[in-house]
Amino acid sequence: MTTLADSSIEAVGRRWPRLQTIPIGPLLLVAPLVLYLLVFYAVPVAAMLSRSVTDPHWTLANYTRLATDAVFLRVLTTTLTTAAVVTVGTIVLGYPVALAMARSRPAVTNIILAVVLLPFWTSVLVRSYAWMVLLGRHGLINEALTAAGIIDTPLRLLNTPFATHIAMIHILLPYAILPLASVLRQIDGALLRAAVGLGANPWGVFRQVVLPLSLPGVVAGMLLVFVLSLGFYITPALVGGPRDTMLSMLIAQQVDLLNWPYAAALSATLLAVALLLIGMTLRLPALRQALRGVAR
Amino acid sequence: MRAGRIGAAAIVLSVLLFLAAPILIVVIVSFSSATYLSFPPPALSLRWYQTYFGSSEWLVPTGLSFVIAAAVVVLSTVLGTLAALGIARLPPALRAPIAALSLSPLVVPAIVVAIGVYYAYSRYGLVGNPVGIVLGHTCLAVPFVVTSVSANLAGLDRRLEQAALGLGATPLGAFRQITLPLIRPGILVGALFAFISSFDELIVSLFLSGTGAITLPRRIWDDLRFALDPTIAAVSTLTIALTLVVLGSVHVARRRSERLRTGDARVPG
Repeated sequence: MTTLADSSIEAVGRRWPRLQTIPIGPLLLVAPLVLYLLVFYAVPVAAMLSRSVTDPHWTLANYTRLATDAVFLRVLTTTLTTAAVVTVGTIVLGYPVALAMARSRPAVTNIILAVVLLPFWTSVLVRSYAWMVLLGRHGLINEALTAAGIIDTPLRLLNTPFATHIAMIHILLPYAILPLASVLRQIDGALLRAAVGLGANPWGVFRQVVLPLSLPGVVAGMLLVFVLSLGFYITPALVGGPRDTMLSMLIAQQVDLLNWPYAAALSATLLAVALLLIGMTLRLPALRQALRGVAR
Repeated sequence: MRAGRIGAAAIVLSVLLFLAAPILIVVIVSFSSATYLSFPPPALSLRWYQTYFGSSEWLVPTGLSFVIAAAVVVLSTVLGTLAALGIARLPPALRAPIAALSLSPLVVPAIVVAIGVYYAYSRYGLVGNPVGIVLGHTCLAVPFVVTSVSANLAGLDRRLEQAALGLGATPLGAFRQITLPLIRPGILVGALFAFISSFDELIVSLFLSGTGAITLPRRIWDDLRFALDPTIAAVSTLTIALTLVVLGSVHVARRRSERLRTGDARVPG
């Protein structure tokens, strides 16, 4: 329905931006937010981070010290292990759900989506509390196992690495499911029918067609979950073991001790790794598309 | 083949159960009559809701969280909407860095933002002060408004605005009469997400609330470290209910936006 009027309006539209070389109007619109974020967010964070290289004088000692700092290395190991376990857990549990979302009738897909989004938008604090209720010494799992006669004394489930892993998998599962589902939904159904027509069994179709085509979604989901896991604070602090300190918890402890140079060096390290991984995610077009599904 | 399909459905159902069960159990526990956590509850009662509604220790932080979230919604919606309108009209070279700055609070680990603002705000008396929490939460809420309004703008036909200008409308008039009504659903969705993000936020509040500005999540956090009494289950259930109401509104706003965009009363999906 392209009419003459339409195309002439378009021509006017195309001429418009060229009249002004410096986009003053748009700059004025973004200026309040840019100023706000600089004053109340970017400069404060940068000022805090700068303590890592200016305290007590210009130095890189706060970073070189990390390489031999036993506490930091133990915390880093815990953080990376936790992030890895949680990443694998969310992908393994999330994949079948994402596949079901992509392959079901719209009504079923919507129900699954609702079940995935309910925890997604429930606060992390409430979900961590839910796991405390489930895993506690007199929690539901222990009570149920005792009542069934399987155990005599309650198992220690809460305040263990296991508790951190399972609660974080629960919290981060939607972040793995949503990008995966968006990639799986784009796989052309004709390819699957062709594979079946050529004699593949369902498992063969999955392994040789669906899985390879969904790899961008798998990678996007894994990177996203891994990055988010690295910064986790509330959940490990509430359900984790007393010795399983994560990087965020160490940073908070150091701030409480007013050890700013050390806290700043740790923060800069955490930030650098997070930005690097996010940068990798955004660089791949397929992943960017998958991420858009999450942002919506 | 049939067995395989049933097996797959069983796996999907158990993962969905894993997702939903912890939240449902909190809801059920909140209606328990027992003074300790027990499941299933020996009898149903509303005593934990009575404890919550009868205690200023809970109601004052709840009120503060609402006030803070409301202020955050106003600030982040105005700043974020203006910025989204500007970003859409900027040349790509300028758009990228400005979009990166406005979205970065989503990506920067929360603890880094929290101690950064704590470090700076503490010098200006903004710790233990609700104003400080509003300023900090707004940084975290802005990305939701910018993404939501930008997504709405991307689906907008720019020619509508240009037609209005061509027909003699002033730029402000064209904005008020054409653009604003069309992006209102995007603004609303952004505002609702901004509300939830502030109302539920804990990490920044943990550092900025001090002793003088205890928000609801901070109050829950303090309580969780000492006791696990079912009052928290009641509070959690109320916040889950609030989240559901907000998400329901988001859903309605999105459907309306779809209808406006397609100019069609029938809504697909």
